[in-house]
Amino acid sequence: MADLRYGAAISQALTDAMAEDPSVIVMGEDIGGAGGSFGITRGLLDKFGPERVIDTPISEAAIAGMAVGAAMSGLKPVLEIMFMDFVTLTMDALVNQAAKARFMFGGQGSVPMVLRTPHGGGLSAGPQHSQCLEAWFAHVPGLKVVCPSGPANAYGLLRSAIADPDPVVFIEHKGLYAKKGPVPDVLTVIPLGQAATLRQGDRVTVVSYGAAVALALAAAGQMADEGVSVEVIDLQTIQPWDETVVLASLAKTGHLVIVHEAVEAFGVGAEITARMADIGFAHLSGPIIRVGAPFMPVPFAAELEARYRPSVERVVTAIRKTLGKE
Amino acid sequence: MPRQGANAGDQLAQLLRHYEQLLTVRRCEERLQRLFAEGEVPGFIHLSIGQEAISVGVMSALSDSDTIASTHRGHGHALAKGMPLEGFFAELLARDSGVCRGRGGSMHVADMSVGMLGANGIVGAGLSIATGSALAHKLKRSGNIAVSFFGDGALAEGLLHECGNVAALMKLPILLVCEANGWSEFSPADRQIAFNLADWSKAYGIEYRKADGNDVLAVAEAAEVLIHAVRDGEGPALLECTTSRWRGHFEGDAQKYRPQDEVQGRDPLEVAAAYLAREGVGEQHLSQISARIDAEVEAAIAAARAAPPANYESGFADVYTLSAG
Ligand SMILES: Cc1ncc(C[n+]2csc(CCOP(=O)(O)OP(=O)(O)O)c2C)c(N)n1
Ligand SMILES: [Mg+2]
Repeated sequence: MADLRYGAAISQALTDAMAEDPSVIVMGEDIGGAGGSFGITRGLLDKFGPERVIDTPISEAAIAGMAVGAAMSGLKPVLEIMFMDFVTLTMDALVNQAAKARFMFGGQGSVPMVLRTPHGGGLSAGPQHSQCLEAWFAHVPGLKVVCPSGPANAYGLLRSAIADPDPVVFIEHKGLYAKKGPVPDVLTVIPLGQAATLRQGDRVTVVSYGAAVALALAAAGQMADEGVSVEVIDLQTIQPWDETVVLASLAKTGHLVIVHEAVEAFGVGAEITARMADIGFAHLSGPIIRVGAPFMPVPFAAELEARYRPSVERVVTAIRKTLGKE
Repeated sequence: MPRQGANAGDQLAQLLRHYEQLLTVRRCEERLQRLFAEGEVPGFIHLSIGQEAISVGVMSALSDSDTIASTHRGHGHALAKGMPLEGFFAELLARDSGVCRGRGGSMHVADMSVGMLGANGIVGAGLSIATGSALAHKLKRSGNIAVSFFGDGALAEGLLHECGNVAALMKLPILLVCEANGWSEFSPADRQIAFNLADWSKAYGIEYRKADGNDVLAVAEAAEVLIHAVRDGEGPALLECTTSRWRGHFEGDAQKYRPQDEVQGRDPLEVAAAYLAREGVGEQHLSQISARIDAEVEAAIAAARAAPPANYESGFADVYTLSAG
């Protein structure tokens, strides 16, 4: 085991994918010479040259559409959108074009592209630079949505996303880029669609993804001190999500809490809740509780943003609530 | 700028107003630079130091009820349009008394009461907002116009083309103002843009002028001429102002990408001071102005610091309006 930063793991995945497969290209705004706004593509231009590491103008609609066309024509583009908030400008390419090509063209239209983008707050970056919009994409048939929680799965999932024959929205967290975590000596590929059980427990299941996984783990640690054993599942892939692992855990614990930074209403947690209330109803011994952001844009003021984002305390409260221990 | 037939006294008053506004924007941003470095201002801030003459020059040709849509580099636009200093600083310091109640910050300063429709975190977004504002002015026959400020990097956004077409087609009263500072974030703008705005304007049938964006009088003069025609219902016009960005893209930007020998544009304050000197306004008068502005800025900062912090609960009432019933 070695320690690697989350951002470095993503860089490594891009480097390895580009070295292995000459059809992989990366494109985006200030990703070449400047190495990306968060430094993730630093060094790629020197290694792979300007034909494969493409600095684009500020033209999100065009470059997302270009990624679709290039993917249909033999390349594997990995597009960086600087902040997830700017995906609004790429929506036609993703939702109407990339997502539907395989189905609409009778199975012919493979669109092996990846859109990488960071979501999340914590920087006082305000309402247009902090959003978590993953639920939008998870709602669109044809798109795969991935959200790694640490360096090891960031590497492994990005390798799978790039190799995948379908469009993948790969969501990173700004607050994780500089965080170090353990990775295996030989970095490994992690298949899409599989959750990871990070901590075993038998009283409550906490499902999470991305940066919120750390909150779930911290809350589980705190509850263990009180004698409550919490199982923590990292979804890793949001679409398609690993229903089997979540259901099996619920069957064991009877209690479910879902934690994400995105707005709670109509979100990923809502889907998991509805699904488990359906297929897991017999196992439930308490209400399913979601922990997410309130129905409000992300505020700029630091204290407001801190209150807005989910916290360990809120996860602990949710665990107590589902156990009826309030 | 001196209007035709204006007497010498009017001209001098105008030049003094320009100078005061330029200095106000400069001092505000210099103070923000420090407040940011000291950790009092959170988030991202993009300073317009070196580019102030564009805000001040264009705004001097507008009335209070004209509207503007701004960019991520919007402090100068906001202040020159008349946003009060106290509400401005209170916003950047995340106070409840901020123009946006501490919910937006630098990238979203807005003041509808002075026709400032907002700074913007989304490059190019202001173009369509200003185009829509122009539509409202036209339908209301208000005689007002809308102005869209945008950078040279924003020329790559598709919205420029869509809005140029719509505005020309509908003869909307809009002035497009490009602040050409040569940079699109960390890349030289000329590596991102394949066309020039003179040709672009011609293709859309839009009246075009270019001005030295570091010369407040040149900007005001060009804006005045174009705005006159825009107000008269002749359709959109475009003013391209060349300038330079003195600071990083944002505060904290190490600017490793920037060539050592890059030529910095003339200081808009020095250019304006030279005009005043020609009119016989000397150093002493200017330092009086400077002392007064410093005092105003410090008072605004002190008031902001003393104001209550942004309020969490109040935000829920402003997500959207619920019917009173
Ligand atoms: C839609 C969108 N894409 C990208 C960005 C990131 N970004 C912010 S400012 C900027 C460069 C803008 O350059 P320009 O328009 O010339 O304005 P300047 O910063 O030079 O004033 C970029 C790429 C953004 N905020 N919005
Ligand atoms: Mg620029």
